[in-house]
Amino acid sequence: MNQPTNTPARNTKIMNRFDLTSRLVAKLKNEEAVVGGIGNTNFDLWATGQRPQNFYMLGSMGLAFPIALGVALAQPKRHVFALEGDGSILMQLGCLSTIATLKPKNLTMIVMDNGVYQITGAQPTPAAASADIIAIAIGSGLANSAWAADEEDFERLVDQALTASGPTLIGVRIDDRPGTGATRRDPVQIRERFMLGLGVREAM
Amino acid sequence: MAAAEGQTSSQTSHDKASHDRTPHERSWHEIVLQTLKRNDIRLVPYVPDRVLTTLIKNIHADPFFTTFPTAREEEAVGIVSGAWMAGLKGAVLMQTSGFATLANVLASLAIPYQIPLIMFVSERGTLGEFNYGQALVCRTMRPVLDSLAMEHHTATRLDEFEFIVDRSIKQAITTQAPVALILSPLLTGGKVFEK
Ligand SMILES: Cc1ncc(C[n+]2csc(CCOP(=O)(O)OP(=O)(O)O)c2C)c(N)n1
Repeated sequence: MNQPTNTPARNTKIMNRFDLTSRLVAKLKNEEAVVGGIGNTNFDLWATGQRPQNFYMLGSMGLAFPIALGVALAQPKRHVFALEGDGSILMQLGCLSTIATLKPKNLTMIVMDNGVYQITGAQPTPAAASADIIAIAIGSGLANSAWAADEEDFERLVDQALTASGPTLIGVRIDDRPGTGATRRDPVQIRERFMLGLGVREAM
Repeated sequence: MAAAEGQTSSQTSHDKASHDRTPHERSWHEIVLQTLKRNDIRLVPYVPDRVLTTLIKNIHADPFFTTFPTAREEEAVGIVSGAWMAGLKGAVLMQTSGFATLANVLASLAIPYQIPLIMFVSERGTLGEFNYGQALVCRTMRPVLDSLAMEHHTATRLDEFEFIVDRSIKQAITTQAPVALILSPLLTGGKVFEK
């Protein structure tokens, strides 16, 4: 479980990944793309209903934001969301600087921070007791980064992100519950369906 | 054949010794740039290598391309994978040591999802290497590529180079399979020890 630090930024409500993912998906009215990171973030995305604009990572730990960045660069008119665990983003912190430099305004990153590697046995991450992901994001140049205080605040931040003039990063502290669904492990179908959903391919 | 006298051949034109180049003959990096363009490869994230300096500079100078450095090669692979799924083609530039960080993303993203990942790898570690670590990491590259049954070619000659690059890009895209194009010091001049 999360070991809250004393920083005011971390003084936020502990929420639930599936609940927040459902709230996000309920707001998507314009075929926005959503990239789910390794493990629980994509399991919960899958469990909210398999939108054709969803992409599910079956490996490549830490690459949800870079993959979403690629989608955002390719389709600047489509808003792209990425869901990533705190352990996962710790593995690829450099991508925050890349995204801050490129400033895609159609990209919103959500970090689901439970302080642990839940899926491998809930071991605490090296950052759990010390680092603040939002402070790291701001330090990387992502000025538009904030902890969501509670569910209503999360929804407000998502609404703001959809019309923001630069990339947004939202941190949410979550409980240590596992993901709700189980993504079907069929990478070719996942990719093909995503491309259909993004209008890049037509059905055979 | 390259006559690499300098610290690196990439900044001067002795990719091929200047005396056996006709004035209009294109250098290897001009061929890369033009072949990327011809195949509509617009997105070029990279982690630099000395030999790639001129290529990177020229790609930056050409508005056709969206090009930028990433913090890790893996990150660049994630970016071009996402972009290709969304309809924008890309290629990643890196050094041998960068390739050595990619086994996980090749095996868990590019290959199983059938993504035509195009990689240009500037080869350090052979034909005059002066850093033993580079020589060792270079030896891991082809075994990794072969163990994943990946398409790869080592480009050594300027006269074959455009054919290799153009055909490999087309094959990667049509078969939706990654390819590694290894730029040998025989092609580029490589990086050599000066003092
Ligand atoms: C490169 C790499 N290292 C380790 C793993 C094993 N692994 C898979 S998921 C995971 C934990 C992910 O943690 P986090 O992103 O915080 O998500 P959570 O499980 O807490 O929801 C780990 C360590 C892996 N798949 N790839």
